[in-house]
Parts: sequence; C-alpha cells; structure tokens
Amino acid sequence: MTKRRSLVALLSIGLAMSACASLGEGSASRIDLIKKRGELRCGVSGKIPGFSFLQRDGRYAGLDVDLCKAFAAAIMGDPNKVQYRPLTAPERFTALKTGEIDLLSRNTTFNLSRDASGGNGVTFAPVVFHDGQGLLVRKNSGIRSLADLKGQSICVGSGTTTEQNLNDAFQSLGLPYKPIKYQDLNQVVAGYLQGRCQAMTSDRSQLASARSGFERPEEHEILTDVLSKEPLAPLSSGGDQRLSDAMRWVVYGLITAEEMGITQANVDDKLQEARENPDLTKLRRFLGIEGDLGTKLGLSNDFVVNVIRATGNYGEIYNRHLGPDSAVPIPRGLNQLHRDGGVITAPPFQ
Amino acid sequence: MKRQRSRWLELLLVVVVLTLVGILVNNLAVNLIRTGLGLSFEWLWQPAGFALSEHTLPYQPGDSTAWALLVSWLNSLRVIACSIVFATVLGVGAGAARRSLNPLLRQLAGLYVGLIRQIPLLLQLLFWYFVAFLGLPSEPLAPIGALIRLSNQGVSILGLTLSVEFSAVLVGLSVFTGAAIAEVVRGGLDSVPRGQWEAFRSLGIGEALGLRRVVLPQALPAILPALSSQYLNLAKNSTLAIAVGYADLYAVSDTTITQTGRAIEGFLILLLSFLALNLLINGGMQLLNRIVVHPAQRT
Repeated sequence: MTKRRSLVALLSIGLAMSACASLGEGSASRIDLIKKRGELRCGVSGKIPGFSFLQRDGRYAGLDVDLCKAFAAAIMGDPNKVQYRPLTAPERFTALKTGEIDLLSRNTTFNLSRDASGGNGVTFAPVVFHDGQGLLVRKNSGIRSLADLKGQSICVGSGTTTEQNLNDAFQSLGLPYKPIKYQDLNQVVAGYLQGRCQAMTSDRSQLASARSGFERPEEHEILTDVLSKEPLAPLSSGGDQRLSDAMRWVVYGLITAEEMGITQANVDDKLQEARENPDLTKLRRFLGIEGDLGTKLGLSNDFVVNVIRATGNYGEIYNRHLGPDSAVPIPRGLNQLHRDGGVITAPPFQ
Repeated sequence: MKRQRSRWLELLLVVVVLTLVGILVNNLAVNLIRTGLGLSFEWLWQPAGFALSEHTLPYQPGDSTAWALLVSWLNSLRVIACSIVFATVLGVGAGAARRSLNPLLRQLAGLYVGLIRQIPLLLQLLFWYFVAFLGLPSEPLAPIGALIRLSNQGVSILGLTLSVEFSAVLVGLSVFTGAAIAEVVRGGLDSVPRGQWEAFRSLGIGEALGLRRVVLPQALPAILPALSSQYLNLAKNSTLAIAVGYADLYAVSDTTITQTGRAIEGFLILLLSFLALNLLINGGMQLLNRIVVHPAQRT
C-alpha cells in the first residue's frame, strides 16, 4: 500500500515538474504577462537613497523607482501597479533570467559583456544616469589620491563592475591593494565605517548617497580620481523585443518631454492645446493624438501622457530625488540635456 | 506473484526517475539553445581580473580564472579544516561537561548549547565579524605580551597573522558546530549503560580517566556517524563566509559568474568542488570509523 502511495506521489511530482519545465518556453511577450497579472515586478536595490530607498511610510522612492512607475504607467496605465523586489548585485541577473522579475531598474552599468548574447545576454534600455566610479576616504587619513592607497584595504561590493574597475586602476598603476569584498552595499559601508578598510569604492552617486546617511558626513570625502565611466540603465531579459522596445521608448519619452517642456503640471494643458490645434503635428504625434506610435510599440497610443502624468519628465524625476533641494544632492553634470551641455538626448518620435 | 509485482513497480520507478532526469536535461538543453549560450569552459583560462585579499599560493589578478578558483578552494579548505579541529575540541568538551558531576560546568555547557543552537548561523557570523572583530580598536591589543595581538586589521598569534575575515568565519563555524557536536557527544555518552559509569566510579577511577578509558570507547560507535555529518554540515555552512567578506570558493565563484555570465558552468564547478571537498571529509571519517569502531566491535 505504502509503496503504491509513494509511487503516486512520485508521479505527481513528475507531472508538476514537467509542467514547470514547459513554463520556461512560450514566445509571447512579457508585456502580455504583465497585463494579465495586473502588476509589474520591478527589481530594485532598495538600499541607495536617491535611487531606490524605503521611505518612512514604507514605500520605495528614488530615480530607479520612478522608472518602474513610468514603465507600469506605460504598460498598464497605472503607476501604482508595481511590485518592488529588492535584489543584491549578484542576485539581479539570475532573478531576471529566471523570470522572477520582469525588468531591472537597479543602478546597473551598461557594458558589452552584459549586453552580448555570449555574456549575460540582457537588453538594456537607454542610459538614465551617467555615473563614474570613485573612492570615499576619511578626511583625516591623509589619503589624497589612488597612489596613497598602495597596499591598503579597500571595501568593495562583489559581483559588480566596480570590483573589476578597481583592479584595472590599481593594476595599471602597478600598485598592490587588498580588496575586502562584501555582497551588499550596506556591508561595504559597515566595513568602511568600522575601520576595516581605509577606503570604500562604488559609483560616485552611491558614495554620495551612502555618505548622506553617515553620522558625520563632513568627515569623509570623495577623491577626485574617477576610475571609470558607469552609464546606468534599466534592463530586461534578452530576446523580448516588444518589452525592450517599450522600455527604450518610455525612457526616450521622458527625455523628449523635458526637451519639449512638457511637465507633470502642464501635460493636460498641452494635451488640450494639441487637440485644438491640428498644426502642432509633432506634439500631437508625441502625445498620441495623431499617428500610431504607441500602438506600434504594443502600448496604448497615448502612453507618453500616462507616463508624464505619473512621474513627470526626466528632469523632474532627477530633481525630485537628486536635485539641489533633495536629500542626496548630486550636480546634474553629464546628466543634463544635450542642449544644456550634458549627454542626455533622445531620437525623434516619428 | 508478489515478487513479480514489486519488480514491475521497480521498473516503473526507474522509468519515472529517468523521465524526470530527461525532462530536466532537455529543458536545460532547450534553454541553452534558445539563448544561444551553449556550454563552454574557455573562460576558465582567461585572466581573472580581480584581486584576492588572501591566498595561500601565489596569486595575481593576471592569473587565470581557474587558478583563482583553485586558490579560493584552498581558502575554503583551510577555514573548514581549522574549524573542524576547533569545533571538535569545543564540542567534545561541552558534551562531556553536560554529563559532568560539577553542576556549574553542567549549567555552563547547557547554556552554551542552548543559546548557540537557537540562533541562525548567518546572524552569528555577522555578529562575530561586525561586532566582535571589527569592534576591536585599530591599534593592536596585546593582552598577554606579544603572544596574541588583536586589532580590527588582523589577529596575530605567535607571529602567525590571520585576517579578521578568516578569524570571524573560524570562530563562527567552530562555535556553531561545536554546539551541535556537543549534543552528538552527549547522545553517545547516554548510549553507554549507566552501570559502566557506576562501575568505574566504584573502582575509584577518576572522572576524566574513566570517561577517556571506559565510557568514550563504548560511545564512539554511536558518535562517529553523527559526527561526520556535522563535519559535512560545517563544510557546507562555510559558504556563508561570503557574508563577511572572506574570499572562499563560493564568494569567488560568485564574482566569476557575474563577470563572465557563465552561471551554469560556474555552478557546475561549484557543485563538483564541494562534492570533492565533502568526499574528502567523508573518506577521512570512514577511515577513522574503520580504525576506531571495528576493533571495538571485534573484541
């Protein structure tokens, strides 16, 4: 009897597993899955003030979080239908590949090996923040440049490009150093504050946001040496063109809105103006009154309007979380629009 | 009739298992083809491109990834071997103390086992590292002259310098596994009939000698199998070292997987490395078993 029962159990496990096995396939876009589920699963860091950080009211906020909201607004028309999944750096690609999350908006550097099909094989959306790697040291340590860190311990997050850049910089100078690698940015900060390392390294934006949480931020400084360029971008698992196209044009939509002066406050006025004035063809196309740009992407034709209503344009998002009046002020620098001297620009909505 | 039916059931079981394995392998193959990845181990011979904070063999970032993995495997082996020694000493001591005549000793051992077994190992490791070791001042403390020097930059015992990461993993694993071994030892001691204890006590043999000569030899057959599974657990638990920045095999694999994107190959190597490590421990314990237990059974 027991033998037969265990056999039945085994068979049902087998059936369950084969059902799981077939789930991985299917050629439909994840966009349909997200709509059906009624919720976007967005991977974030959750630990970087200004980018994604838990607020007092228990909600996530930051530039990366606003992008999740923008994608949800574009796909489902509602920026609140997002489930945030906090992920560590080593976890993030696995979570994306296995389909646990739909997309990743988590301070991820766009580079060749992550993009290539022979590497991580993911697909990046346009860069939303141009960063560079730096080093944070104590002001009273007497360390002023990379060379002063010869033979010293440096706290670094594992499984990141940061680790590789650090090595490239020291190897090219021929200097020895000791990397103390942790899995998580919080541990990097703890190791540095406890005095295990003479310096900690990460993207300069992350250093600034980590320092903003220190007890005495004024005792620490970011060295002027910049070890790398770190273009940070949202991404999706490779091979889903509809989803990656949608993400790409949502980001371009945010940038174009800033270029055209469309903000969260005036988007409805602009919509009204475009409706009444058939000569404003560019604006009408952008807002989805004319043409079928949104439909081509598999989104609603006025997805840009939903996005701007939800989050405002790129400049508004930036200022909300990283502007001079925010908790983590980072000068816009490279992240200004191209016409203002930065590198942020978007191809035409045509 | 009955035998024939059970044979059919066995055949069916084999078919089910083979089908399951087939589905998994097929799924892997299909997905590898779909993503255009395919299995490849060429990345093993490319330069690793990252430094390691500690290594027993010479290592530079320009060395191959395979070499980096080997060096980190040795790091794992080193901390596992040292922890096994300390955990055994601690566990046997605490286990014997729980059956000691001295009530204070009994209470202390009970407190140790009770406390440590209730707290997750990860928390304990984080405590040892961030609170105990990194909480030390950066100027070395030297409580007994120059014999031991403690600071949050490293621990030096008789001139032998250990990193704080290594020390934290060593202490964490030893204390945690020691508590489990104490229970194994206590169980073994309880398996020896009370008469044996009373016999050596009535002969006027001291507690320590009686334990060593009379009770332990009879308890060993019950202790050893459970002890070896504790050792295997310790080896597997050592992967938590990644949480406190120790460059063990798991931490380094983690880095190579993110740098190369070769997750399946990376995990295969990781699995095989741990299999090799645990077979090593298992083999050692079986040898010990043969030496210690079988002669006892023969007499």
